[in-house]
Amino acid sequence: MDLMNFAAAAPEMTLLGLICVVLVADLFVAPERRIVTFWLSLVSIGITLWALVSTVPVGRVEIFSGSYVSDGLSQLLKSGVALFVAAAFVYGRGNLAANDLHKGEFYVLGLFGLLGMMIMISANSLLTMYLGLETLALAQYALVALDRTDVKSAESAMKYFVLGAIASGCLLYGISWVYGATGSVEFPAIANAILDNPDINGLPLWFGLAFLIVGISFKFGGVPFHMWVPDVYQGARTPVTLYIGTAPKIAALALTLRILIDGLAGLQEVWADMLMIIAVLSLLLGNFVAIAQTNIKRMLAYSTIAHVGFILLAVFTGTPAGIAAAVFYTLTYVISAAGAFGMVILLSRRGHDAESLSDFKGLNARSPWMALMMMFFMFSMAGVPPFVGFFGKLNAINAVLGVGEVGLAVIMVLTSVVGAYYYLRVVWYMYFEEAQDQALLQADVDTRVLMSVNGLAVLALGILPGWLWTLCLQVAQGQ
Amino acid sequence: MELTSHLLSILIWLPVAGGCALLAIGDAGDAGSSRAGAMRVTALAVSLLTLLLSLGLYTGFDGTTAAMQFVERVPWIEAIGASYYLGVDGISVPLILLTTFITPLVVIAGWDTIKSRPAQYFAAFLILEGLMVGVFAALDGLLFYVFWEFMLVPMFLIIGVWGGQRRIYATLKFFLYTFLGSVLMLVSFVYLYLQTGSFDLLGWMDAPVAMQAQKFIFIAFLLAFAVKVPMWPVHTWLPDAHVEAPTGGSVILAAIMLKMGGYGFVRLSLPIVPDASGYFSALMIGLSLVAVVYIGFVALMQKDMKKLIAYSSIAHMGFVTLGFFLLWHISGATGAVLGMQGGMVQMISHGLISGAMFLCVGVLYDRVHSRKIADYGGVANTMPAFAAFFVLFAMANAGLPGTSGFVGEFMVIMASFKANFWIAFFAATTLVLGAAYTLWMIKRVVYGEVANENVAELKDMNRREWLVLGILAVSVLVVGLWPAPLVEMMDPTIQNLIERIALSKLG
Repeated sequence: MDLMNFAAAAPEMTLLGLICVVLVADLFVAPERRIVTFWLSLVSIGITLWALVSTVPVGRVEIFSGSYVSDGLSQLLKSGVALFVAAAFVYGRGNLAANDLHKGEFYVLGLFGLLGMMIMISANSLLTMYLGLETLALAQYALVALDRTDVKSAESAMKYFVLGAIASGCLLYGISWVYGATGSVEFPAIANAILDNPDINGLPLWFGLAFLIVGISFKFGGVPFHMWVPDVYQGARTPVTLYIGTAPKIAALALTLRILIDGLAGLQEVWADMLMIIAVLSLLLGNFVAIAQTNIKRMLAYSTIAHVGFILLAVFTGTPAGIAAAVFYTLTYVISAAGAFGMVILLSRRGHDAESLSDFKGLNARSPWMALMMMFFMFSMAGVPPFVGFFGKLNAINAVLGVGEVGLAVIMVLTSVVGAYYYLRVVWYMYFEEAQDQALLQADVDTRVLMSVNGLAVLALGILPGWLWTLCLQVAQGQ
Repeated sequence: MELTSHLLSILIWLPVAGGCALLAIGDAGDAGSSRAGAMRVTALAVSLLTLLLSLGLYTGFDGTTAAMQFVERVPWIEAIGASYYLGVDGISVPLILLTTFITPLVVIAGWDTIKSRPAQYFAAFLILEGLMVGVFAALDGLLFYVFWEFMLVPMFLIIGVWGGQRRIYATLKFFLYTFLGSVLMLVSFVYLYLQTGSFDLLGWMDAPVAMQAQKFIFIAFLLAFAVKVPMWPVHTWLPDAHVEAPTGGSVILAAIMLKMGGYGFVRLSLPIVPDASGYFSALMIGLSLVAVVYIGFVALMQKDMKKLIAYSSIAHMGFVTLGFFLLWHISGATGAVLGMQGGMVQMISHGLISGAMFLCVGVLYDRVHSRKIADYGGVANTMPAFAAFFVLFAMANAGLPGTSGFVGEFMVIMASFKANFWIAFFAATTLVLGAAYTLWMIKRVVYGEVANENVAELKDMNRREWLVLGILAVSVLVVGLWPAPLVEMMDPTIQNLIERIALSKLG
């Protein structure tokens, strides 16, 4: 514990400084040359990534009087969020520009959100966690309302804000009960307090825990706290949906792991059941309701809910294999999700948002390569090998069977069969139907290249998942 | 680095790479272009080269041992003990040869009948070929599962893009049925992995498993393989898929994909959970006999030629499962070997015959664009050469001695007599039923007066069709008249399998 050891927080501080530069620079950039802000933001993320890679700690480093931690897990997850925020910028730029929404706010808010996520990931105390969470949440509320003249955007921003505020309130309330019961807000101190004094493992602590679970479940979008997910995904501009649907899932995983594994591992018997119920409900509701959707963004929203069920079941086990599976699943799911939302952006153009599933009709005739990439994402999410989504599911099932929960494993695979239907429907529309819209796809070279890299990554990681899985196992065992 | 030490990898990845190349170059959406023509030639060249190389499996195969041959093993995902582990024995070599033999025929059969996106069509078949060889060659559970599931993707597209009227319904049903069947197999695989610490199939065969777990695993495997075979009552996807698939898709489905179910039983169910297999063997025999008798009657009633052949496939595959599970009801090893070998021969023979039958229907469909039996009649008057082939394959389908259809059925019926008179009695009804539904169809389609103008205008087969049906006719007769090489190749492996099953794994 070294108060003055700033090196472990260097990436965050670097990023904060760079955000200020972007913020100021953007004031002097003419609207038609907004691309300067775009490149500045990407460079900022690049520098932050470099700072992350060059400060990988040996073991676990706690700083700022133990309220901040840097370990293998934090470095891996932070690199993930930085990459996906960058992906959101690249995928989103063309679409925003085509809709006269290419403002500096998108990048600045996006970067502030990234900072919030990095703080969440490195939080070693409940208060730091809350600080990071709110930084992210405020940036997200504003991003959803980016298109402020659009009624749907404003409505979904309002809905997101009200529900998000309630969830944050619940989380804060839970934090106060945990603090009251254990006398600390730092995760290691909470864990020690529970170990040293088994008497506090009682109703007051469980009461606080229940509120923490509500907060976690809301941020993840687990049933029954999922109501905001489809509406916000649909109402926000697609680049913002891409932003919300990818990197914050990784941050939500960090929130879950830090609170439940670092802090409250002693209460695993209590929270495991809560997580299990939320996860099973998410699997069932997400997969079944997604079938009924005709809007691709709502469909992907319900599919996210279903994937959250898988992630929470992996965390539910509490074993290193389960934690590694949750990390692996989240990272790889987010790769496919970024690609899928990116494809929705790619099919849109000025004055036409490709929101309906039928916009995918005949994509194979319009652009065989892009149709192939989208097919990769869909089969990956459906869990068909050799795409990476399959290995995410395999590892999660492995972890769940490892703690002897055969029934849960069967539920997991059976609900994936239900899920396969709506992913297959996208493939069906792309390959088996005639195109309604013969227009050529309009996309910049950077978007096309990123899409190809994204699609091939889903395949390549599926064929050789070993290194990422090993990495996930290492950071999970470093817990 | 000899060729033979990587032969299996080459047989898997050569067609896959060829398929990817076809996809990458494409045909610019025009089937008449010279580029599309080049794609056809490339597809044929790749599939013929694969066939040629696969002959190395036959010539280099040591038929005196049950051990795995042409073994390749490289670590794949070390953290979970999965490896890229390939190898073949007497059970898998005939099936791989069947795969590499049928694929070029399918490519030739689709030569000028596929008008839309031929490059993607041929690419799908080449990739499918590699994946199917992969299923038969994989000795690692995870690798097996990857090939097994990924195989669905090209087939899903083949039926969905190039299929008939109700192709979307049929292909979704096909995909979801088979996906549902196999996910529980995945759970079993993970369970076995947690027990043994690796995905090594041969290791799983030696690992002791408690009876309760064996029963669950058997049922999970049964779902996966019964859907593929398909066995009654999970067969309903097959008639839909067959009817809607393009001719090439039907041929691959019937000739090879159905065999994966049978292969799964001999490669996984029987050796990994032998005690549960014995426990459920009566059920399996019952289901097989239902397939033979009940589905035989269902086939009799069909008005659509492809549907009739699809139901006849289910009935014939009933013999395969019957032959495999007779073992526990026969005293003495020779009868058990006979049943098992009969099932294997039946798989190969059915692959040839059903493929040929679907190609025959394809020949008619290309000309008249109807699969309805009622739309035909007196085809022999206008297409005598075709009629001769069609009748030959129909006779083989009905189990005429001298054709390959006879050998497998006869062996299984002989084995059933050693087990129980009634099993044999019901199995033997196929001799009547099979003849009834096949020959009645032939009578209505091929013989009689010329039924309508369409039939009157039919032209006999072109050279391409002669070639495909001729090759299949020769192979049906060769297997029928001289099955010894096939049986001898499988013999040590089957002996070994039966010895292995006899040892309980409950320890």
